[in-house]
Formats: sequence, structure tokens, C-alpha cells
Amino acid sequence: MSSGYNFAYLDEPTKRMLRRSLLKAVAIPGYQVPFASREMPLPFGWGTGGIQVTAAILGRDDRLKVIDQGADDTTNAVSIRDFFAKTAGVATTLSTRDATVIQTRHRIPETPLQHGQIMVFQVPIPEPLRWLEPRETETRRMHAFADYGAMHLKLYEDVARYGRITTAYDYPVLVAGRYLMRPSPIPRFDNPKLDASPALMLFGAGREKRIYAVPPYTSVKSLDFEDHPFTIESWDRPCARCGAADSYLDEIITDDRGGRRFVCSDTDHCNQRLDAKEKAA
Amino acid sequence: MSGPILEVRDLEKRYGARRAVAGVSLDVWPGEVLGIVGESGSGKTTLLSAIAGRVAPSAGSVTYDGRDLTELADVDRSRLIGDKIGFVHQNPRDGLRLNVSAGGNVAEKLMAAGARNYGALRETACRWLDRVEIGRDRVDDHPSKFSGGMQQRLQIARVLATQPQLVLMDEPTGGLDVSVQAKLLDLLRGLVDELGLAVVVVTHDLGVARLLAHRLLVMKDGLVVEHGLTDQVLDDPAHAYTQLLVSSVLQV
Amino acid sequence: MNQSRKENLLLQVSDLSKRFTLHEQGGVVLSVLDDVSLSVAAGECVALDGPSGAGKSTLLRCLYANYRADKGRILVQHGGEMIDLLHADARALLDIRRRTLGYVSQFLRVIPRVPTLDVVAMPLLSLGVDREEARDRAADLLRRVALPEPLWKLAPATFSGGEQQRVNIARGLVVGHPILLLDEPTASLDADNRARVLELITERRDAGAAIVGIFHDEAARSALATTIHPVRSRQEVAAA
Repeated sequence: MSSGYNFAYLDEPTKRMLRRSLLKAVAIPGYQVPFASREMPLPFGWGTGGIQVTAAILGRDDRLKVIDQGADDTTNAVSIRDFFAKTAGVATTLSTRDATVIQTRHRIPETPLQHGQIMVFQVPIPEPLRWLEPRETETRRMHAFADYGAMHLKLYEDVARYGRITTAYDYPVLVAGRYLMRPSPIPRFDNPKLDASPALMLFGAGREKRIYAVPPYTSVKSLDFEDHPFTIESWDRPCARCGAADSYLDEIITDDRGGRRFVCSDTDHCNQRLDAKEKAA
Repeated sequence: MSGPILEVRDLEKRYGARRAVAGVSLDVWPGEVLGIVGESGSGKTTLLSAIAGRVAPSAGSVTYDGRDLTELADVDRSRLIGDKIGFVHQNPRDGLRLNVSAGGNVAEKLMAAGARNYGALRETACRWLDRVEIGRDRVDDHPSKFSGGMQQRLQIARVLATQPQLVLMDEPTGGLDVSVQAKLLDLLRGLVDELGLAVVVVTHDLGVARLLAHRLLVMKDGLVVEHGLTDQVLDDPAHAYTQLLVSSVLQV
Repeated sequence: MNQSRKENLLLQVSDLSKRFTLHEQGGVVLSVLDDVSLSVAAGECVALDGPSGAGKSTLLRCLYANYRADKGRILVQHGGEMIDLLHADARALLDIRRRTLGYVSQFLRVIPRVPTLDVVAMPLLSLGVDREEARDRAADLLRRVALPEPLWKLAPATFSGGEQQRVNIARGLVVGHPILLLDEPTASLDADNRARVLELITERRDAGAAIVGIFHDEAARSALATTIHPVRSRQEVAAA
């Protein structure tokens, strides 16, 4: 841990401010709590909301995992992991099972989460009604009155135009039967993992200055129609590395002649399965 | 008919010292179209906004179907107005979502009311498009591509889709070509008769008032100066201001 | 007045007065009707008689509650009761007009661009008659007044005066109101069409309608009127 920084970079009053917002967010599942987002040593859009939430909740005994699109080894994930190793001196890990705090961009790990774990999501646009209603005063009123007539409209427009619901990520959900929420740009494949999860889910939007949360074991329902029910993505082949048939796959171009492979987006999950196979062999 | 669906009593709206609406009472019964005429600044639009819950009255009551809207919590009033009271804006762009298909515009309030079957929603939307004489083949088009008259008809379909019992209209034919106005008036009259709607329509066009309204209120300086059956007020105006209004209409 | 006529009175006007205050002209008060009384029984036709400006049209319009009379009574038999138009509220007046009081004005005033057949059917629709039946009945009347069928689909705005008047008569008679108020129903008709319209109105009268009308046309008056009611001009012009 380098000296010269307060623990986890942010000063203590800022962390207290963040924790108050987090407590309110947990108390009102799915409700967007405003907070005084700080300048961070990286630009908005690079995970500043998630980093501030992580900084506010990290303790000295935590083990931090950071993933970007499911991978622990991409630039953003490596940088943020190093940032907290440097400023907080906490242990880091690549293992979903071993982590106490997992900061993520665009995925929820395949390994089932456990009670006591905390997920921290990086959120670009927190407001689910924003595409439809540009006025913040109006979207606040709509949330306050649970006036969600507009909430199915995006799905209606999908089916009208394409014959099916095409929304593939950031698929809107209703939290605890009350607040409409954007789950951040995770694939809709991950939406069912939010429902009644034993882990605490925290969402931070740095540029938009909003925090929201899904407490453990909270109902999270993906919106749909009776005749166009919610479904998750599926693939006609398993992972080319580990052979998993039930994980979210990334398409990887392997050459200039159209060659491609489908592999797990969750690198830890894929590697664990490969290790297990090797041990068994 | 059991009684009025809307009862307004001593409604007042003050802006500082100025009284935009200075104590207005009116009743509207199911199946009845009440016209409110008067020049700009007479308070007619403020009165309509206060009935619609868009402007908080300074005094008086607005009772819809036995419930005083001014006494309700904001959320209850908003729901009641959303479900049971329709509002047709003068400019259809204020009452439509231009970046959403015609079908979506009609279906939105039905989804708010809990409808979750896409096929049924779409069929309902198409039936409403039929009613307002917009081709079903336009159901997936955005209203930004529609003419002003079509946009206004779509707005009416959107408002009527939840089957409100009371519809408030602010200059519904304003800003439309005269030829389009006539078609819209015919449509509105037909819908009012068929659906037994109660309507309050604000207009400064006495021709529109004559063709659409059963009864008229004439407003001036925030007060109702004359009221009666539409043809009584227009053919036998008693108040000086009404006589001025009627005699100022250009004859074709 | 014999007993049976008294029982059949559909319209009873007594001591009716109507004044106009013209605010636009310095508050001049015109007293047009003063203590007018008349009554009409089923099967009778009262012709209002008097020079231009005597107040015939004003009286007719008061009887329709188009003009608001200042005092007196206009009792109309409506739904088995005698109702005073001067004290009926707006909804009662509209109901009386829908069911009981028919009015044929000199000029047709309707929503532009509505086809003639629907213009004529409209009074039936507002009574709740279904569209098919309303159109059938409207078509019967248009045939009776000999309006050429190709015109039925067109809006009447571009029709000749005589054609518009026949549309107006068809519209006024389509419901079969027990009381009819007619303001020069044959004024702009040629001889053939006048005969057709008079035959139609005579039929209605003989079937028991009570009619009050203004007929400048001598043929119409002699064919229809059972009573002539003189309307005397008693205008007093006074400053307010």
C-alpha cells in the first residue's frame, strides 16, 4: 500500500456521504439515491461510480475481484484492481468464490453468489425511463407515483418492429414490485441472477450521480408480455475451451478468413472448469 | 342519468393579486359537451388546467364522480386523472410521444393499467386507429411522419383508449386547416354520441363551439358572464360581452 | 274550448314577452313580444301571420327555446307532463328537443363535409337509434322530398337553396316529433317540390302532429293552416 493516500483513496467524509446514500438505497430497493459524485483519477464512463461505491464499502479484510465483460484480465479490470491494491492495500483475487467484493462492468459471474458477498455495478445511465422522457422532474414523478405506463413501451416497440423483444442488455426490471430499475448493461442472460440473490447488489453511476441497490433475497422481475415472455440468450454450441453449455459465450474472431470461436465470457468460471478437468484427468 | 360526472364549485385561481379564474361553478353530465368560450386571457384555459389537476386551484372544489380532486393525495389524483379523465392538447405534439409508434402511443396507457398481452394490445390499438380513421398500415409508423390532422386524431385515440368518462379538450381544432377541422369535428361528435362521453371543450372559435357543444359558458376576466344552450347563447346573447363576441365573428 | 281539444293540447303559450337589449347599440331595448298567448292541439296547424318585423320568427324561436323569453309560460307536453320551457334546465330542454320539439329553420346549419344521408340521420342517432335503421329512415325521407340519390353521399354545403331546404325538412321530420315548428319550409322550392313537401307536412299534421309555422307562401298556408294567429308588432323602443 502506498503512503500519501487515505485508505481507498477517498477522504473519510466523502465515504460517510456515500455510505449514507448506500444505506438509503438498500432501504428502498431499486430507488435511485442522489449522491455527491467526486472527481476520480479517471474519466467518467470508466467506472467512476463503481469505484466510489467500492471505496466506500471496502474494509481492510476484504478480498476484491474486478471484472470487465466477465474478464479479470482486461485493461479496465486490471487498472481498478491495482488502484485499490495500491490505495487500500486490500487483498485481490480472480476467484468469484473467494471474493468478498466484486466490482463489475457488464456481467454477473456464472459461479453462484453467496450470502455475505457484495456486487458493485458500474452504471452509465441509471434512469430506465430516460430514453422516453428526457425531463428528470418528470421521471422522478413517474417513479414516485409508480406511473410506469411507459415501462412496457420499449418492449412493445421492439415486438412491433422486430417481431420479438430484442433488448439484449440493460433489460428493465421491477424491483420488489415497486421501482423500475436498469440493471446496468449486463446481458439479459444475467437478469435471472439478480432475482432473490443471496448477495447484496450495489449500483453506482458516477457521471449521473446516482446510487441504487438490490438487497439480498429481493424479487427482481424482468418485464415481458404474456405472449412474448422473457427469455435468456442461448447458443447452439458449448464453450470452445471448457465445454460449458450453460454459460454466457463471447464470440472471438480467430483469423482473417471468418474463423471464430465461442468461449465463456467469465474467465474465472472457464479457468476453474479447465483446472477441474485437468485434475480429474 | 344519475347525476353530473363533474361538479366544479367556486373555483378560483390567483396569481399574486390577479385572479385568473375568479369563482366559477359548473356541472357536466355524461353524454354532454360543455363549451367554454372567451378571448385569450379570459381564464378559460386556466379553468381547464385546474379541472385537469395541472394547476392547483387557490380555492373551490373539483368533484369527479363524487370525489373532490383537490382533496386527494397527488398520487391518487394523478392515477384518477390518468385513468378516467382524458386531456386533449391543442398541439398534438404535447399529447403524443413522437418517437414511439402510433400503436405504442395508443397502447401505453393500457399497459399502465396492467394490460400485458402484446397481441391484444396491438389489436386494441388497431381498432382505435380504425375509429379515428387512420389506416391500420400506419400502426408502426411514428407520428412525427403524420400530418397535423392525423396527429390530432391519434392523440384522441390515445386519450380514448382507456375509456375515460370525462374528456377535457383545449382548442382541439386550433392550428388545423379548416378542411381538416371539419372532419375532426364530425369525428368528435360521433365519438361523444357513441361513447356517451362528458366533454369540456375550450375554444375561441364560436363555429366550433356551435357544432360541438350542447351548452356554453362565456368567460371574461375570470368570470362566467353568460351560460345556456349553445344556440341560445350564440343566437340570443344577453351579456354585452357575448354580444360583442358574437358580432365580431366574420361571416363567410 | 271543447273538452277533447283541451286534453289534446300539446303546446300552450301564455303571456309570453321577449325583449332584446342591444349593448352594441348603446343599450337600446327592443320589446318584440308582449303578452303573446296561443295554444296548439294535436292535428292542428297554427300559422303565424303578420308583416315582416312583427316578431313571427322571434316567437317561433322562443317556442324552440332558442331565444330565451323574459316572462310568461311555454308549456310543452313532454313524456306525459306539461313542462314550462322558461323554467326547464339545459338537459331537460335538450331532451325536449330530441324527443318532442322539431324545428325546421330556414337555413341548414350542420358540420361541413358530413354526407347528406348522415346529416338527416343525425337526430335519430342522438336518440340512440342504431346507424343502419337511422340511415334507412333518413333515406325514406330523402326519397319523399325527391332529393336525387346521387346527392346523398355528398355534403349539402354546395347544394342549391331548394336542395338544402329539402335536406333541412327531411332532417326536421325524420324523428317524427309530436310538435313541429316550421320557419318558411317551402320558401325556396319550385312548384313540384313544394307540393311534395306540403303533402308530407299535411300527412304529419293529420297523423296528430301539432304544428306552428310561418308560411309566406299562400299555397302552403291554405294547405296546412287550421288556425291563423296574428302577430302584431308592438315594439316599443326605449333607451336603457
